[in-house]
This record gives sequence, structure tokens and C-alpha cells, in this order.
Amino acid sequence: MFKIFKAFVKKELYHIIRDKRTLIILFGIPIVQVLLFGYAVSTEFKDASIDVLDYAKDETSIQLIQHIQSSGHFTLNKVLTSEADIESGFKEGNVALVMVIPKDFSSDFYGNNPLTIQLIADGSDPNKANTLVQYTTRLIQSFQKNKLQQIENPFLITVEDRMLYNPQLISAYNFIPGTIAFILLIISAMLTSLAITREKELGTMEILLVSPLPPLLIILGKVTPYALLSFIDAILVLIIGHFVFKVPLLGSLILLLLCCLLYVILALSLGIFISTKAKTQQQAMLTSMMGLMLPTMILSGFIFPFSSMPQVLQVIGSIVVPATYFIEILKAVMLRGVGFQSVVIEIAILLGMTIVLLALALKNFKIRLE
Amino acid sequence: MNTPFAIEVDKLTKRFGDFIAVNAITFKVKKGEIFGFLGANGAGKTTAIKMLIGLSKPTEGMGKIAGFNVDTEPEKIKKNIGYMSQKFSLYDDLTVVENIQFYGGIYGLSRKKIKEKTTEILEELELTEVSKSLVISLPLGWKQRLAFAISMVHDPEIVFLDEPTGGVDPRVRRQFWETIYQVAEKGRTVFVTTHYMDEAEYCDRVSIMVAGKIEALDTPHNLKQQFEATSMDEVFLKLAR
Amino acid sequence: MNILAYIIQKEFIQIIRNKAILPMMTVLPIVQLIVLSNAASNEVKNVNVVVVDMDQSESSRTLNHKIIANDRITLVATSFNTNEAYFYLQENTSDIVIEIPPNFENDYINGKQPKIQLLVNATNGQQAIVGSGYLKAIVASFNAKLIQKVIPDISISKQSNTTISSRYWYNPELKYTHFMAPGILAQLTALLTIILSAMNVVREREVGTIEQINVTPLKKWQFILGKLIPFLCIGLVLFTVGIIASKLIFNIPILGNLLLLFGYTTLNIIAVLGLGLLISNFADTQQQAIFIAFFFIIIFVLMSGLFTPIDSMPKWAQQLTIGNPLAHFISVSRKVLMKGSGFWNIRFEFLYTFILAFIFNGLAVWSYKKQV
Repeated sequence: MFKIFKAFVKKELYHIIRDKRTLIILFGIPIVQVLLFGYAVSTEFKDASIDVLDYAKDETSIQLIQHIQSSGHFTLNKVLTSEADIESGFKEGNVALVMVIPKDFSSDFYGNNPLTIQLIADGSDPNKANTLVQYTTRLIQSFQKNKLQQIENPFLITVEDRMLYNPQLISAYNFIPGTIAFILLIISAMLTSLAITREKELGTMEILLVSPLPPLLIILGKVTPYALLSFIDAILVLIIGHFVFKVPLLGSLILLLLCCLLYVILALSLGIFISTKAKTQQQAMLTSMMGLMLPTMILSGFIFPFSSMPQVLQVIGSIVVPATYFIEILKAVMLRGVGFQSVVIEIAILLGMTIVLLALALKNFKIRLE
Repeated sequence: MNTPFAIEVDKLTKRFGDFIAVNAITFKVKKGEIFGFLGANGAGKTTAIKMLIGLSKPTEGMGKIAGFNVDTEPEKIKKNIGYMSQKFSLYDDLTVVENIQFYGGIYGLSRKKIKEKTTEILEELELTEVSKSLVISLPLGWKQRLAFAISMVHDPEIVFLDEPTGGVDPRVRRQFWETIYQVAEKGRTVFVTTHYMDEAEYCDRVSIMVAGKIEALDTPHNLKQQFEATSMDEVFLKLAR
Repeated sequence: MNILAYIIQKEFIQIIRNKAILPMMTVLPIVQLIVLSNAASNEVKNVNVVVVDMDQSESSRTLNHKIIANDRITLVATSFNTNEAYFYLQENTSDIVIEIPPNFENDYINGKQPKIQLLVNATNGQQAIVGSGYLKAIVASFNAKLIQKVIPDISISKQSNTTISSRYWYNPELKYTHFMAPGILAQLTALLTIILSAMNVVREREVGTIEQINVTPLKKWQFILGKLIPFLCIGLVLFTVGIIASKLIFNIPILGNLLLLFGYTTLNIIAVLGLGLLISNFADTQQQAIFIAFFFIIIFVLMSGLFTPIDSMPKWAQQLTIGNPLAHFISVSRKVLMKGSGFWNIRFEFLYTFILAFIFNGLAVWSYKKQV
């Protein structure tokens, strides 16, 4: 029996390896995605362009503008002359903030008269608006301090923060685990569900099912090569993450790889489950792509902080999105270097999900046979 | 078109890299003839037929279908031929009527003409009752006859049939051939590939292809004499040995 | 023209008859739009902290209370020992450990400027930075009150005369859903149309029907157009339903001209469909088609500005987004809906998308071969 099984797995593997285009994609997608995330995608705001509406046009206002420009966060787009000009920059989308400097800025500033600097931000992107307003406020305050030579307050509580596990706040540390979780889930689920529905569509599934191998072994035979490839994918992404983006690996490598393997098996079970439900490749495709892609990205805490979601969605995210736990495991093992006992709950949940999915798949599969 | 030939082929060749799929085949088919194009699987039949209907460009040689050059005028050929492939490409998820309408439509028939054709086909094939059923629910034999009828929805001069009777029992095949005779009687040329040697007996003339070459071409009667055989099956075995 | 109508009619019948696919084109995207728009937010609503109070003075306790009283902060545990608190970070049950040093109160009164240390779990980037910001703000306000209380009559420096007022246009309450819903909708529309079109022609090739079509005198452009139009309609319907749903549920602003938005959407879907058909022409099997489509989708989504701002990408990456139809789509829908931008404001998006549509569709027609 085992011999037949081995032969079967070999046949499947040859199928896949001969299909060059699929292979390129299979290994190309993760590499491109990780490189893109690592090099191009960042949540930091650099070089934001701003307009200044300068009613004063005196020495101090020009100094203030220079001070803000020299910070490196901002580039000056235009100096406006009237309030009516503010909106056009926002509407074009090339300016996110306008600073309004009042008349007689110089004399009020040094003459200790109350004055108001107005910051108008394009609130359509709330995160950006908020951050830019904070940056600018800080810059104006430091300008004030410099120019007015305010005395340091002796009764000050200083707050020092130490960023543990990621002292330079490198975004790759956050994105690499997320990318691995995301890409492995989608690719594995997509591959298996497509491979199985394809046989269904072509009618070859029936031929396989009448062969002496029990159905479970046939499915396993189909899935094993994909498990292998997905696992190689995972290792590939880990290597790039570690050597190109210098994401540390503090914990046990073996634990990490075992968790990757478990996750791959989970993703494949999901694929099998989808394929027992779907009749055509198109259907399997739409389910695994439309159904998995965005939820995995958004609900897993990959891009948006988990705690920012409404309570209901946090529950959904933690029940149905396996990536949530896998990301947690990856971060724990890679960045914080914890051992098995610290991630045992997450591992148990992933294991439970795998069993449930396989059981459901098997049940559907049997019904189909009867 | 003043030649008596519907199909004229001269040294037509197709190569894929080093592999010669079709090796300089030469033959002529008269108008109104039923021409059997025989050969084992992989002998190059399908490649040859694809060149004739303009789906595949010949590497060398010349072919004229209904007076048009297969290399340079494939679109003109397409107006004058019908084609039914091995997979008899009906849309499974469309009904019988919808299939007829669709193909009539893309051949540019007028609405009135499509209506006429639809009733005509439904009556001839006795499909009126299932006209609104999805094609997927029809038995294989019905699908074949429907595909055949649809391939002639635009009244072409020549019909190409690529293994039209695969997978059905002899009774249904017999029925199908009766339809082919009816078509030929109306003056249409029928070019048919098959690997059922009994079907070869029904053809006016047959050619037998082995490894990309035409090894024999004559009426079934003459071929049997030539090879001292009692059936086409024997002829074929002697050639392919 | 008549011929085209027959192809379109056929595609529509096939789409509507496919009961399994239909809900995926309608219900699934809308549900996702509603659910995900709610989830996609950078606003940090909860930070878990552990307080290590080594001073145990009145002041330190007051600070402690102030921290707990903040509704964005949850106290997970208190501890007297940094090493023990460190454990909470390790287990990820806490985001930040606040360490109040011994002699905090005394040092303060004596003007020795005590130092509070925050140990931040930076494995969750956003959470870490924003969370420590919250705590710094709390400490600063505590500091200000303390100054008045401990040394009421001191005048350290003159009150600052400059006020900085900030206003947020277009979205004064800084609602994330207003920002995310149009973007997610644009993304779903593009995703759906590219999948459908990429799989369509390959499917006909796999089933064999394409051969039958190729032996008809049908023109290439008729075939491509016949495939484009039905999917365009589906895309537009999805987008319309999505806009209505977002308006009803999230009350997103619709400031701009809807006609302009729909005009642009049509152009954008045509571009995306062209790419889908192009992929379809190059693939032998549906599996290949879908992988190629997936490859593009991933790049498009990551570099679209949907999740992370395009401005903060390096220059070369920003230039690459010119070739990304999704980036333009998201930018236009946000601009027109939220800011009421007019045609002139989105002229570049129009131009780039037009060029993309032209290239993709041109290549799709060119690479669709009736003859091998």
C-alpha cells in the first residue's frame, strides 16, 4: 500500500514540476511580495508635502517655514496667498497639510501677544492627518523654544521609552511574519483546492477513486507534494527575511519550522475543504481568493492592529482566521525568542482548526461518494 | 469556383520543432463526396484537419478549401466550412435553443434566418421537447447530432467532422451516418476523420494516414482488393504493422 | 454589431445560470466591504500595560490612577519587580511596562528630574508607538498638575503665547470607515473583474469551445469586446451596490460628481479587464491563469495606497504605481467621494488609466490568436 502511495505522490510531484509557469509563480510570488514589503512599503511619513499660507511674510515666518522644512519630514509645495487657494492642493491630492501663519507674526511672537497658528489637514486619510499634525506641532514648539530661549523646567518628569525586540522600529520585523502567514495560507489553500477541483472537472477524479487506494490516501497523495512546496516557500521567505531584512531569529529554529509545517497542513486542509464544496475551479478560485485574501490581511492583525477592531470582529478574527495565531507564534519565536510553553495555546488552536477542517472535508467527501 | 474539387491539398506539412506531425500530404476531394480521413491515434489526423480549417498555419505546402488558400485566407475559408470537433463544442450550461441561437448569431445570420434554422434543426433532430433543457442533460448521441447540426447552421459547402462518433454504441453511430448521407445528398462535401474502420466502409473514398504520411488513398472497395483484405480493418492492420 | 449582441447575450446567460458563482459576485464582496471597512483602522483603541511602582508614594499612586483611568489603557497587572513584568511582555499579554523608579516623589520635589521608563513591546509596531505616545501625554499632564500642587507659587516660565489649532477638513471626526470603505470597494471591484476575466477565456480553451468559435468568421475585436462588456456590467453593478451600501451603513460622504466617478470607474474596469483577458490568452490552464492574476493582484494591492500611503514609499516604488490601475482607482474614489475633486483634479489618473486600458486591451486583442 505504501509503495502505491509513494508512486502516486511521485506522479503528482512530476506533474507540478513540469509545469514551469506555475512553479515560477509559486516561488516568485512570495519572493516579490516579501521584497516589496521590505523595501517599498512603509507606514512612516517622510517628505510629506505641505502648503503654507503666510499672511505675515516677515523674517520670523520665513524662519519658521525653514525650520519645518529642515526637519526632513516635510517638503514645501507652495506658499499660498489667499484662503481660497487652500482647497486646490487637497483636491489634487498632492498636499496633505496647510499651515496658516497669522498677520504680524514677528511682532506678536516676540511681543508676547496671543497668536494662533492654524494647521489644516486633509482628514480624508485620518492616520496621515493625525501624524502630520503631531509632527508639525512638535516642530512649532521646538521653534518657539529655540527662538524665545525658554528656560528648562527643573521640575520635569522625563519619560524614556525603550523599544524592546525591535529597537529601531524596523517595519520588516512586523511585515515578514505577516507576509509568511498570508502567503502560505493563500497559496496552499488555492493550490490544493484548484488541483482537486481540476481533477473533478476533467473527470479524472472518478478514475482515481475507483483505484485500489482508499479516498483518504488519494487526497493525501495529491496534497503531499503541495505541502512540500509550500513548506519550501515558507523557508524561502524566512531566509529572505533573516538575511536580507535582518529579522532576528531568537528562538528555536526547529520549533519555528514545526509551526510552519503545522500551519501549511492547516492551510492545505482548508484547501481540501474548499474543494469538497466547490464543483468547478472557478468556484474554488473565487472562494479561496475573494474569501480569504482580504480577511486574512485585515482581520489577522497583519496590517491593522488587532485591538483597533470592534469587539465582534476581534472575536471573528480570532475564531476563523488562522493567520492570527500563526503571526503571533512567528513573532513570539522569532522576535521575542520564547520557547514552546509560551506558544502552546496558539499551537493547540491551530491543531484544533486543522482537525475540524479535515473532519468536515472528510464528511463532505463521503457524502459525495454515496 | 470552377474546379470540381472542394479540397485540394498539395504537400501540406506541419512541423513542431524537429517533429514532423504531418508530412507532405497530397490529395483532392470532389464536391459532394464523403471523404474518410483515417489513421491511428497520433497519426496526425487532428493536426492535418486543423490546418485545413484555418486553426493552424501550415509549415510548408499548399492547401485550397472551397477555392481559398489555407495559409493566406483562413477567414474566407471559415465562412464556407462547418467544423465539429472531437469535443463537439457545445456550451453545457446553455439550452439547446440558446446554443443554436449563439452559433447562428456569431455566423452573422439574420434574426429571421436564426429562427427558421432553430425550428428546422429542432424538428429534424426531434429535439423540440427538450429545446429548453440544458445541453449537459442530453444523452451523448443527441449532443453529437446537435453539434453536427449546429456546425452547419450557416449552410457551409464543406463540413469537417473530427471523430464525430466517439464513445457511443453502434446503433447510434449508424443513425449518425444516416444524417451524414442526407447532408451529402444535398451536395455538401463531408470530410470525416475516424478510427472506427467499419465506418470507413460508408465513405466514398478514404485515405489512411500512418505516422504523418498518407499511405493509401482510394475507394474502400479498391483498397480491399489492393491489400487482399476482406474488411477495412484488415487493410488498416496491414498498413500500420 | 448584431454578432456582438449574441456573444454578450450568451455570456450573460452563462453568468446568471451559474448559481454557485453568482453569490460570490454579489453577496460576498458586499459583506466583506461592510465587515472589513469596520476592521481596517489604525486607531489604537486599547493598550495593555503593567505598572511597576517601585516608589509607592502618594504621587506615584496618583500617576498610577491616572493611567488606569484612561479608557484606552487596560492595566493587566501590577508588579514590584521589573523582571517579573518583563515576563508579561515576553508572553505578549502586555504591550508596555511602566517603571516608576524608587524615590520618584522625593527626586521630583528636589528638582532632580526623575525618569520614568517605558519598556515597549515593539513587535506590534503601531501599537507600540501610539501606546507610548498615550502614556507620555498622561505623564505630561500629570506633571503639569503636579507642578501647581507641589510648588504652587512658582513661575518657571511665562505661559506660552502661541496656540496651535488644528482642523481636519473633509473628515472632521477622522473616521476611518470613510477612508477605508471607498478604497476597499475599489479593490474588491478590481479583484472580482480581474479574476472573472482571467479565468474566462482559458476556461473556454480547456473545455474546447474556443476551437468552435475560432472556426467561425468572428473577428478578434468582436470576441474580446463580447467578453469585456458583460464583465464591465458586473463590475459596475458591484460598485454601485457597494456605494449605496457604504452610504447607508457608514454614511460615507459623497461630495463629488457621481457621474465623474462612474465614468472613471468604467475606464478603470476596462483597463483591469484588459489585463485579465491578456493573462487568459497567455495561460494554458485555469490554474496558471489564476496564479498569474494572483501575482499581479498581490502587487497591485500592496502598492495601491489602500493600507499604507504611497507617499511614504521610496521614489522608485512611487513611480511604479503609475502602472498600477488599482492605485489610481483608489485615489480617484477617495478624492471624488470625500473631497469632491473635479475632473481637472484627477486628470492624471484619467490619463494613466486610459493609457493602461489602451495597452492592456491592445495587447489582449493582439495576443488572442485564432490561428496557431
